[in-house]
Amino acid sequence: MYRYDEYDQAIVDARVAEFREQVERRLKNEISEEAFKPLRLMNGLYLQLHAYMLRVAIPYGTLDSRQLRMLAHIARRYDRGYGHFTTRQNIQYNWMKLEEMPDLLADLASVEMHAFQTSGNCIRNISSDQFAAAAADEIADPRPYAELLRQWSTLHPEFSFLPRKFKIAVTGSKIDRAAIKLHDIGLELVQNEAGEIGLKVLVGGGMGRTPMLAHVIREWLPVADYLSYMEAILRVYNRHGRRDNIYKARIKILVNDLGAAEFARQVEEEWALVKPLGLDPPPSELARIAAHFAPPVLDANAPVAIDLSNAEFANWVTVNTHPHKAPGYAIVTISLKAPGEIPGDASADQMDIIADLAQRYAGDEIRVTHAQNLVLPYVRRADLFDIWQVLKAAGLATANLDRASDIISCPGLDYCTLANARSIPIAQKLAVKLAPQEADLGELKIKVSGCINGCGHHHAGHIGILGVDRKGEENYQLLLGGSGAEDATLAKILGPGFDENGIVTAVEKVIDRYKTLRAGPAERFLDTYRRVGAEPFKEAVYG
Amino acid sequence: MPRLLTGNRLETGDVLWWAGSDWSLHLKDAVAVDDDGEALLARLLPEERINDLTLIDVDATPDGWRPRSTRERVRAVGPSVRPDFALPSLPVEAI
Repeated sequence: MYRYDEYDQAIVDARVAEFREQVERRLKNEISEEAFKPLRLMNGLYLQLHAYMLRVAIPYGTLDSRQLRMLAHIARRYDRGYGHFTTRQNIQYNWMKLEEMPDLLADLASVEMHAFQTSGNCIRNISSDQFAAAAADEIADPRPYAELLRQWSTLHPEFSFLPRKFKIAVTGSKIDRAAIKLHDIGLELVQNEAGEIGLKVLVGGGMGRTPMLAHVIREWLPVADYLSYMEAILRVYNRHGRRDNIYKARIKILVNDLGAAEFARQVEEEWALVKPLGLDPPPSELARIAAHFAPPVLDANAPVAIDLSNAEFANWVTVNTHPHKAPGYAIVTISLKAPGEIPGDASADQMDIIADLAQRYAGDEIRVTHAQNLVLPYVRRADLFDIWQVLKAAGLATANLDRASDIISCPGLDYCTLANARSIPIAQKLAVKLAPQEADLGELKIKVSGCINGCGHHHAGHIGILGVDRKGEENYQLLLGGSGAEDATLAKILGPGFDENGIVTAVEKVIDRYKTLRAGPAERFLDTYRRVGAEPFKEAVYG
Repeated sequence: MPRLLTGNRLETGDVLWWAGSDWSLHLKDAVAVDDDGEALLARLLPEERINDLTLIDVDATPDGWRPRSTRERVRAVGPSVRPDFALPSLPVEAI
């Protein structure tokens, strides 16, 4: 885990003091709401349908137990006893009071956390692979590179007022768990024949109103130079990105308009100017940061074989654990998707329990996934049964990772002022309906958004659902064939939309048709769809 | 068509409804502003104490005001997925 140095802490403490004064002035009516609104948004504070909402940054989705306990404390002290883990590895609180914000932010700062760059047209919180440093398929831990990006982008004066928000994801594996092709910049650590580590650079991906997959603009970038290269990309975007039309302001539009080759040429040209300025840190600085991410001391004699005679436990191990790079260890994903519950929500008590487990069993680390689950990255297989028992008692042992009831959902119209339709009830109904057959269905990623902005990643869903407003009524479009993984594709709309009950029935019809079409039990829904196309599903749904 | 004035309290973000002479947390207390809405907005906006002041269309029903849009019904009741947070004045089923 990275620990703040005196500069990091000073920046965060100064921001808390500054915002305290700004809030006081607003409450005394010394500044208008028009002037105050951008200031609160710079501190992650939105006004939603029912109350203020605070989005807290969780850099690259990594927490330690003291930080998770603080998130639990905030849920109890300032909210209504729960928080909502988001599709960008952050957490949101839905019932905030402006007058309490300064004290809350001071509490956060006491554990090296903050809420800035979770809103506005700046470089947002950097996201990454939730299995970083633990996955057997990993080339290198991406988080030191993400952390340096965090430091570089924090309150970066040149990039605080970009044409539009800017999202960066970094991964260290060919298995893409960070959806790098759907980010403004995606970075993938790669290794050459000499064994050196470099970065593949992708630009111009994104979901929302105009979904696009990112283009590779550099197959190999030496890690020693990547910061200045990032600066060059941002400068080209900041200069040419469209500020005249909010719907055309993301970098994906610029890359598409220019063409990826021309965009890359302009970045190289800019880089030639930026690189000599000395922005890239010396190798010793990157090594200093990387040292913070050293894995915990692992048990070299941890047994691989464990007792799987309890069938329910054995199923959870099969579904919710991943191979670890260390023998005798596993990566545990804790599902926050018990069928019928709200995807991504965790109570304060649940957060405390998971913090305790992380401290006792998992190297004191917790990861947040963009699929709204939590991860314990360093678990001895011999401890899995004890952990499972604790999780089961807390309602956290649902064995459904990447299955039909492990549904991504944005808050939708139940909370969000931008939403056109409710998304959580759709996810709840589908999860309850599909859970009984999900073991048979295998990997099936369903993603629900309550508006075109796509926080529920519907364009990356094997089955995606988009809520829209149709003459004042909630209406839901059905999309098929998306993926946010290394085989990324964008889902396509199947046909006319449905009401709340109709969309659930439509998804059931799609799944029933899949069961008749698939080549065998190992063929995923996505593979079947890619093999047979949309027509059989269209026929099943619309007749 | 009746119109109501609504907004969110600056200090807490609470959803408020104009009740004739002051604000209420409860839709059932709301008073239709109809043709006076714009004048009321013009008076209250400069006070800067209520955010997102908006006039919304409602229907008068035997059970009271029913906002025409789902969005405003959700605002009036609370999240439909957390009936435990619904205000006592309206059940979640009212959405």
